[in-house]
Amino acid sequence: MRTFDYLRAEDTSTAIADAAKPETRFLAGGTTLLDLMKLNVERPAHLVDITRLSGLDTIEVSSDVIRIGALAKMSAVADHADIKDAAPALSESLWRAASAQLRNMASIGGNLMQRTRCMYFRDPGAYSNCNKRNPGSGCAALEGVNRNHAVLGTSDACIAIYPGDFAVSLVAFDATVLVRGSVDRRIPVDDFYLLPGQTPHIEHELAPGEMIVGIEIPRVAALKRSHYLKVRDRASYEFAAASAAVGVELEADGKTIRDVRIAVGGVATKPWRLRTVEDSLKGKILDEATLRTAAAAAVDGAKSSGHNAFKIELTPKVVARALMTVGDIA
Amino acid sequence: MSTGRQLSLEVNGKSHELQLDVRTTLLDALREHADLTGTKKGCDHGQCGACTVHVNGHRVLSCLTLAAQVEGRQVTTIEGLQSADGVMHAVQTAFIEHDAFQCGYCTPGQIMSAVACIREGHAGTDEDIREYMSGNICRCGAYPHIVAAVRHAASRLKKEAAL
Repeated sequence: MRTFDYLRAEDTSTAIADAAKPETRFLAGGTTLLDLMKLNVERPAHLVDITRLSGLDTIEVSSDVIRIGALAKMSAVADHADIKDAAPALSESLWRAASAQLRNMASIGGNLMQRTRCMYFRDPGAYSNCNKRNPGSGCAALEGVNRNHAVLGTSDACIAIYPGDFAVSLVAFDATVLVRGSVDRRIPVDDFYLLPGQTPHIEHELAPGEMIVGIEIPRVAALKRSHYLKVRDRASYEFAAASAAVGVELEADGKTIRDVRIAVGGVATKPWRLRTVEDSLKGKILDEATLRTAAAAAVDGAKSSGHNAFKIELTPKVVARALMTVGDIA
Repeated sequence: MSTGRQLSLEVNGKSHELQLDVRTTLLDALREHADLTGTKKGCDHGQCGACTVHVNGHRVLSCLTLAAQVEGRQVTTIEGLQSADGVMHAVQTAFIEHDAFQCGYCTPGQIMSAVACIREGHAGTDEDIREYMSGNICRCGAYPHIVAAVRHAASRLKKEAAL
């Protein structure tokens, strides 16, 4: 591991000023950053430890919005009684991720910044060709073992999956990322993550020195009736093979869909909202045949790289199953 | 650039003054500098749980924690679990009674994780125990006995608390 200067930030404005220096990273839970530093993927010269900043770990559930501070731990949010009640998908997408130990360490802001698990990205010793690590060097995954690579949002430069769960829920429910830097910014979470295109090394909207300070999720009826379904190779402590964050609001008749939210994870290069599928379901009767027909469009434009073709078959089933669960017809 | 850092670590109620390279993880500080080798190094990448310790009462992975980050915080390792008069923790006893290990390498991490799992209230059912203990991998596959030990320790601690 490259050595670094360690700075413990005492207040947010100093931390932001310190982080504007080149080759600087904020250190919160460290569960992604330290791991990647050991692998020589991340090589910061300066670490600014922000874990002792005060006032950034609050969780507030008011009548119209949920506000989560960037330093709230994944475990604290997952177990929060009001979050479980008002937003089941948010809680589920957190406790079905990682392990209890990692969730006690990882912050919500850091969770948004977690990086891909692409094994070629994570192994600079064996693979020099990775456009995300080393722009212009090529992509080892395209012709490699790519069972766990993306089928949606890919480019000929990168097929690395966005591996997280929580952000999939956030994208489904139109969350906003609250950012502080030289100015304060509010970034819709769907815009926060960028498609790889020809610049897979640029993954998000944050500029150097900008810090995520919180997340806001508007409370809508579909959030109350929401679910995060995560299908994976083992029952727990595993990344998604395919996942879906869904929510539904029905008309007074109890069967016509008024509002529906769908985003998928484990299959795309960023948390993947399915607006076309949502639009095709609004006003329809919630039954299995309707859901399965609509869910088929979840993989419109999907592209297999060889070993990951199963994700194209799996994704519509995961979407339909998740919607059947919130519709109480599973 | 200076890489050395004078650190004071509070481990099992005892203060350790250590001069450490800034890159030193809590795991390496415990094992290589504080002579506390009960905490084990498995994968060193946060994937196996062998290095689980408690920081301020919460279970965390010491391999992905910098020693510098826990300055001023209370660290508890497997060596700090027994009572002052040397009586083993209920979870330790249950692991022996239920033969909840084979080679024993993952056991300190399993036990530290189980103590926290019970305290968090995540050991009410076998399903919960399996879910909330999933961050501790056992290469020998002692899982059924580990679940039994955690279930037993949880009910014993609950009875004791009710007395």
